Amino acid sequence: MTLLAPCLAALCQAAVTASVPAAAETVPTIAFQPVIDAEPVIEPVIEAGAESGSNPQLAVAPMPLDHAPTRRAIAPLDETNALGGGGLRIGKVDMFKGGKLLLTNGISTVEGSSGGGIARWATIGGRQMPGGIGISGHATAVELPDFGWRSYGVAVGFGDRLELSYARANFDTRDVGALLGIGQGYTFNQDIYGAKLRLAGDVVYGTSWLPQIAVGIEHKRNLDGGLVQALGAGDDSGTDYTISATKLLLARSVLVNATLRYTEANQLGLLGFGSAAGEEYKLQFEGSLGYQLSRRAVIGAEYRTKPDNLGLGEDDWMDIFAAYALTDNLTLAAAYVDLGSIATISGQRGGFLSAQIAF
Amino acid sequence: MMITATATAAAMLMLLQQAPAEGTDWDAEFGVEQKQRDPVTGELPVDPYEQSNANAGAAPYDSAKLVADFGGREGIARIAARTVDLSEADPRIADIFAAHDMVRLKRTLGEQFCFLLGAGCDYTGRDMRSAHAEMGVTKADLNALVENLQRAMGEAGVPFSSQYRLLAKLAPMSRDVVVR
Ligand code: HEM
Repeated sequence: MTLLAPCLAALCQAAVTASVPAAAETVPTIAFQPVIDAEPVIEPVIEAGAESGSNPQLAVAPMPLDHAPTRRAIAPLDETNALGGGGLRIGKVDMFKGGKLLLTNGISTVEGSSGGGIARWATIGGRQMPGGIGISGHATAVELPDFGWRSYGVAVGFGDRLELSYARANFDTRDVGALLGIGQGYTFNQDIYGAKLRLAGDVVYGTSWLPQIAVGIEHKRNLDGGLVQALGAGDDSGTDYTISATKLLLARSVLVNATLRYTEANQLGLLGFGSAAGEEYKLQFEGSLGYQLSRRAVIGAEYRTKPDNLGLGEDDWMDIFAAYALTDNLTLAAAYVDLGSIATISGQRGGFLSAQIAF
Repeated sequence: MMITATATAAAMLMLLQQAPAEGTDWDAEFGVEQKQRDPVTGELPVDPYEQSNANAGAAPYDSAKLVADFGGREGIARIAARTVDLSEADPRIADIFAAHDMVRLKRTLGEQFCFLLGAGCDYTGRDMRSAHAEMGVTKADLNALVENLQRAMGEAGVPFSSQYRLLAKLAPMSRDVVVR
């Protein structure tokens, strides 16, 4: 009986039922009605004194099974609280719940950041909303006449504020390896650790002339230090600093991006950083223009300037791309890329294929 | 023992309290005013406000082609109503709509779209800040509504670039609608 006063209606029932045998004749009846769920409850008729020894007044009806709170309590977990449809909630943070408009998380770049495939954008990777955490992963293959280039990576997005990314790039020199005397099929490898912080604006909403603006870094570690230094690079690791502005101009269905990158990387760092001869950081530009055809499809072009620290005739890059959001979580991108001259071998035009999954 | 005593006292108190008479008019008891739907329009009355096209939140387009893409005034009204229906049934945001007058919203949202698209309507609703005050709308809610509007426009066969032209007018209003 000591439990009666503070307990909730539903609990009371259990407590009362449990205490029936010990109950004295003066036991008060606690009446309860569901007050939150304004559904009529059909109370089963219980015959007074049917159970021998029980107090007729205390014959509490068992909670009917179609009672709304009961139904809620015993309802199986549906997709809104299983991982997938509605994600996972940890404390006040929604994990992998999604919510972004299609394509507004961008297409992972070969350096692992949210962007347009080759140019970095101010967008934050993952499909999370403010207060949520999202994730995206990509696999990209670039096939060139003389080289094969692969990039794999993950990016974690924290709300619409911060993106942390990691990507691994493997650049296969194939026959050119033998030609350059570094060995048939020699592969340059690089790890790229990125961070990007949104400072202001929103790519879709808010003041129409104010783009989403983000600053970031990309710290790159070339795993072939000895070789790139033998090729004339000054260092086997380096950090790029970027500032990007991206806006979807809804009135024109056009997405515009401009990024300034302060970098000393040779071929993104695959051929090391700076030069032994003292070439250092330079300011470079990355621009993207996209035209959205439907909620799921966008086509566009990009341009990226590059320094030529090693004097190997390193060229600016450009691409023409098409991306399609196959599902909310899977985006495919294909592009024609013109990477110019790489390691003195010119005419590196080819295909770019990328798959990105994001939650 | 102490707990037992307190509990018994509480139980006694409950017994002593007189049950209210059957059929008590609780609204009258608590001074709740029952709003009556207008017999003609079916809308609930709202607190007075100053009517002005400026409440629509943006200047209208001037393009006959755009109006035609949306199927004229009737098409626009249908798209607005469909957007409200979809949102009312959308588990992500249904709760926000549940407590409001959907009859009125279908009309005023349609007027707003019609005005912004330059189809020659006047907007008679409230401004965006006061219409959404204390609703606690998030960016995720707004994305859900935008998706429903896109679906309604898609079903009506509005070309994608024209869909985005309407969204171009609405997107900056997020500053007045989204609170977090
Ligand atoms: C920029 C985006 C939005 C625009 C342009 C917009 C437009 C409007 C308009 C024109 C009204 C009618 C005001 C009146 O009748 O006086 C209204 C009311 C309303 N809106 Fe929005 N809305 C937007 C976003 C949202 C969102 C994201 C939600 C919730 C998910 C929402 C929920 C409502 C509700 C429930 C009402 C009824 C308010 C009432 O009758 O008291 N709106 N909105």
